[in-house]
Amino acid sequence: MFRQFKMLAALAAVSALTACGGGNGNAAKPAGPAPDAKKVDAATAANVSGKVVLEGTPPAPVSIKMASDPTCMDANKGDLKSETFVVDGGGLENVFVYIKDGLGNKYLFDSPTEPVKLDQKGCHYVPHVVGLRTTQPLEIVNSDNTMHNVHGMPQANREFNFGQPVPGLKSNVTFTAPEVLIPFKCDVHSWMNAYIGVVDHPYFAVTANGGKFELRTIPPGTYTIEAVHEKLGRQTQQVTLGEKDSKEITFTFKAPA
Amino acid sequence: MAACTVLLIAAGASVTSTDSGLSVPDWPTTYGWNMFTFPVSKMVGGIRFEHTHRLIASSVGFLTIVLAVWTWRVESRRWVRWLGVACLGAVVLQGVLGGVTVLLFLPPAVSIGHAGLAQIFFCLTLTLALVTSPGWREAVPAVDDATLRRIATATTALIYAQILIGATMRHNAAGLAIPDFPWAFGHAIPPVWNARIAMNFAHRIGALVVTIAILATSAHVLYHDRGRRELVRPAMLLLAFVAVQITLGALVIWSGKDPVINSVHVVNGAAVLGTSLVLTLRSWKRDAEGTELVGVRVPNPRVQPPLRAEARP
Repeated sequence: MFRQFKMLAALAAVSALTACGGGNGNAAKPAGPAPDAKKVDAATAANVSGKVVLEGTPPAPVSIKMASDPTCMDANKGDLKSETFVVDGGGLENVFVYIKDGLGNKYLFDSPTEPVKLDQKGCHYVPHVVGLRTTQPLEIVNSDNTMHNVHGMPQANREFNFGQPVPGLKSNVTFTAPEVLIPFKCDVHSWMNAYIGVVDHPYFAVTANGGKFELRTIPPGTYTIEAVHEKLGRQTQQVTLGEKDSKEITFTFKAPA
Repeated sequence: MAACTVLLIAAGASVTSTDSGLSVPDWPTTYGWNMFTFPVSKMVGGIRFEHTHRLIASSVGFLTIVLAVWTWRVESRRWVRWLGVACLGAVVLQGVLGGVTVLLFLPPAVSIGHAGLAQIFFCLTLTLALVTSPGWREAVPAVDDATLRRIATATTALIYAQILIGATMRHNAAGLAIPDFPWAFGHAIPPVWNARIAMNFAHRIGALVVTIAILATSAHVLYHDRGRRELVRPAMLLLAFVAVQITLGALVIWSGKDPVINSVHVVNGAAVLGTSLVLTLRSWKRDAEGTELVGVRVPNPRVQPPLRAEARP
């Protein structure tokens, strides 16, 4: 009983330390909105949609060896595949697409408070890539009946590492500085990794359903849109949007040799 | 004790080789448990390596306390008593460094310090084992070979420096910065450079320098001191260990940093250092003031006055 109390106390201390987030006093704080900043007018806003394509033969999915933890073996019946290259109909999934430049500080955006969930389920992260806003909580959950540690390795925000030894345990993390992408890993299960995109506006997406993405309700203007893949790196495109425009763009990454 | 330290170095090397250093995020507890009550059933994945390392380290720490107290109580030589204290200080500092590196997410400087101090601690325990051994207490004539002292000392220092370079490379993830061996990107000198490539190449150059130093030391012993078994044996062993070490280094690269090979490479590196240290210490052992060095009051046969068998008047 006493031991369990000590363990929970330690976990609470760790959670308290980490819950206040990856905020780093040294991190570049995003500039706040200008005094004359305004809300985006939905009536004149534009949309950008498109696809991320993988050119060439994608690497074959690699089966993950989980012999070091029988619980993970049981959860997956030994057939969990690497999620680095998920390709469907030539479209590359798990790519983070967002407006990198062009918004400036001319617009006011709401600050969502509902958490974005990152689950540890079957000894892998679900989803593999996820986006959220600065100061928006990232709720990290352990749905496995085994030990996990959550190790976030940001550059602009503060690094953290805490344990989630109990199934059902939840911890909230926030990030104060925009950063794309932040690698997450579990050092207990070396194959477990996830990538988090943190931005200070609502224009981001993660490619799914054959590499497709959509950024909606963008104010007219000229923007740099960036697509970031965990292994293949970054690509940018410039897009000029008029009122009520709907543009399609395609990013093409080359498959590794 | 020295053998336990080798086991501890092996456990530490396996933590780094399997990238498990942060699999237990807290210290000195383990996921909130007292480390000695952490359930074996929960030692899965990387926790097996990290927690085992902590348990062995704690055991070695306990043994070191016993060793230091025991040495202080029974040893007549003052400097040996203080050697025991130095062992204790080193193991305490080593434990703290191990904890700090976990809590600070393995900063290379702290992790390299942890790796470097591990070898210092090993050298201290080995020295203690050597100078308290029966062989050391034998009143054998001193090694009158100043050249051997110089090159053996230099060789030991070079091996330690090479181990530090290796630790720097390991803790900066530069082990495969140059992916081929014996060439570097197909050339004798890397055609491209960055910090990691420089670390990797420095370790290769270090291996060459250390190998030459060991060859020189061993050749000197075999040529000039071949009658001294206590020197010839470590010299021969040193040659064997360095040959194994180079082979392991090559295999680390060819296997893409296989964790087992990588760990054995670290342990064998300690063996190279330890053997060279033994050779060095034996080369420095004096017999003229043997009473001070060996801890027992054994008169030196070479300075003892001749016995007189004169009849009493």
